[in-house]
Amino acid sequence: MVTLENISKTYNEGALTAVDKVSFEVKKGELFGLIGPDGAGKTSIFRMLTTVLLPDGGNASVNGLDVVTGYKEIRKQVGYMPGKFSLYQDLTVEENLNFFATLFNTTVKENYDLIKEIYVQIEPFKTRKAGKLSGGMKQKLALCCALIHRPTVLFLDEPTTGVDTVSRKEFWDMLKRLKVQGITILVSTPYMDEATLCERIALIQSGKIMSIDTPAAIIKAYPEPLFAVKSEKMSVLLQDLRKQESVKSCFAFGEYHHLTFQENSPEVQPSLRKNLEKLGHAAIELKEITPTIEDCFIQLMNH
Amino acid sequence: MQNVVIKTDKLTKKFGDFTATDAITFEVYEGEIFGFLGANGAGKTTAMRMLCGLSTPTSGEATIAGFDIYKDTEKIKANIGYMSQKFSLYEDLTVIENIRFFGGVYGLSDQEIKEKSDHLIDLLGLKEESKKLVGSLPLGWKQKLAFSVAIIHDPKIVFLDEPTGGVDPVTRRQFWDLIYEASNRGITIFVTTHYMDEAEYCNRISMMVDGEMKALDTPTNLKKTYNAASMDEVFFELARGAKRQAD
Repeated sequence: MVTLENISKTYNEGALTAVDKVSFEVKKGELFGLIGPDGAGKTSIFRMLTTVLLPDGGNASVNGLDVVTGYKEIRKQVGYMPGKFSLYQDLTVEENLNFFATLFNTTVKENYDLIKEIYVQIEPFKTRKAGKLSGGMKQKLALCCALIHRPTVLFLDEPTTGVDTVSRKEFWDMLKRLKVQGITILVSTPYMDEATLCERIALIQSGKIMSIDTPAAIIKAYPEPLFAVKSEKMSVLLQDLRKQESVKSCFAFGEYHHLTFQENSPEVQPSLRKNLEKLGHAAIELKEITPTIEDCFIQLMNH
Repeated sequence: MQNVVIKTDKLTKKFGDFTATDAITFEVYEGEIFGFLGANGAGKTTAMRMLCGLSTPTSGEATIAGFDIYKDTEKIKANIGYMSQKFSLYEDLTVIENIRFFGGVYGLSDQEIKEKSDHLIDLLGLKEESKKLVGSLPLGWKQKLAFSVAIIHDPKIVFLDEPTGGVDPVTRRQFWDLIYEASNRGITIFVTTHYMDEAEYCNRISMMVDGEMKALDTPTNLKKTYNAASMDEVFFELARGAKRQAD
């Protein structure tokens, strides 16, 4: 459905490479996540696929249509929710929705079944100006407007950035229900914990794809055993662990620090524990864990 | 006993008949990393604006670094640092110009600015980039520079409003190393974040829901109280009851 072959984009007359020969494919009906921090090139990729930005190299197509030559047709078939709120702030909720329906030669009534579940949540505020909505409601309205012409491919650029945990969960539930309707969804996010909610993901950093696979396969490909460790003094523990000869890498990870060893022999754990006790650490907990996508991202960034 | 650097008593801000911040009472200790969490629209920004001396409360009391929140707002501003994800540095000024500018704004002498900027550029490894426009730096470096600039005048307290939003996982952790360093130097850190793993790095966490402070404790105790495996669950448990949706 969406294909990218060595797509590149540079800015400032070539001085800045935003997207560096990126290739991947999103299958029909798939929920595909582009996971990476700000400046990784996510938005440039979205803008090229939605035909609002020309690539400098490579090819890309959406529904079999080339993004450069087939732009008119692509625009009719896709829905795009940009990262920046782009609806008309001085039009009401209802007016925005009607406006976008009219642009695509359709009516709200005709496609109401598709947006109904989302729209009912903002319907009580339908006469309110879009600029006066809360973040969560703006996000829901923007999604309705992107869906109103029944697109076959939906591009969502960081829909959950700056949104709190509760609204983020609600948003991902909505996406799952849209997927059931057969819509292909390409979504980007800087939140690594959202990666597991996608069927397949691409991890992207500095314009380059570091890995593409299912979240489970990316986690499985983590190259070495990973351990979680904690003690009563976490800040000191981090510094002490980094000084240990047996420790290869160590970084803070919420309640625990995550670490890998230089060598994974049976003695390495008890001997680390002993060393930490000698350094005055109490209530030490050390256990092997399954990596998260964020662990994988950090590992890939460092190689 | 621990020194108290922020003390509020029923601090309230109303906009017409809407109570954005509803009688919040809490204390923050010197050198503490204090996490200020809450759902969108919970009243965090309004509360922070009052604590920074930018907005006059409707009622209640507060002292920031010993200064009264009604009468001494200018003294409060001189004794705090502030950094947000949205605005922190001038992109069209160079690294060194930004340091000089903020040093000047925070009232440092020319001599102090010179010493501080040399030290900072050295510390951050930005010697090669000191004459480059900030806009051309990678986001991670910008954030680290912004933080260092926010504490250039050795404030008692620094307010960080979502300082790590959108930053890559490695840089995000390096940023927290800077936070720990500042905290070890006795600077109090008042920080908001959407990353729940970062909530774990705070000494204590407060949770705002619908304008009220619904919880305040260490991460460990909060997890115990709410019988939750992670801070994410604690947040969800507290915030899902929220009625407000405003931003």
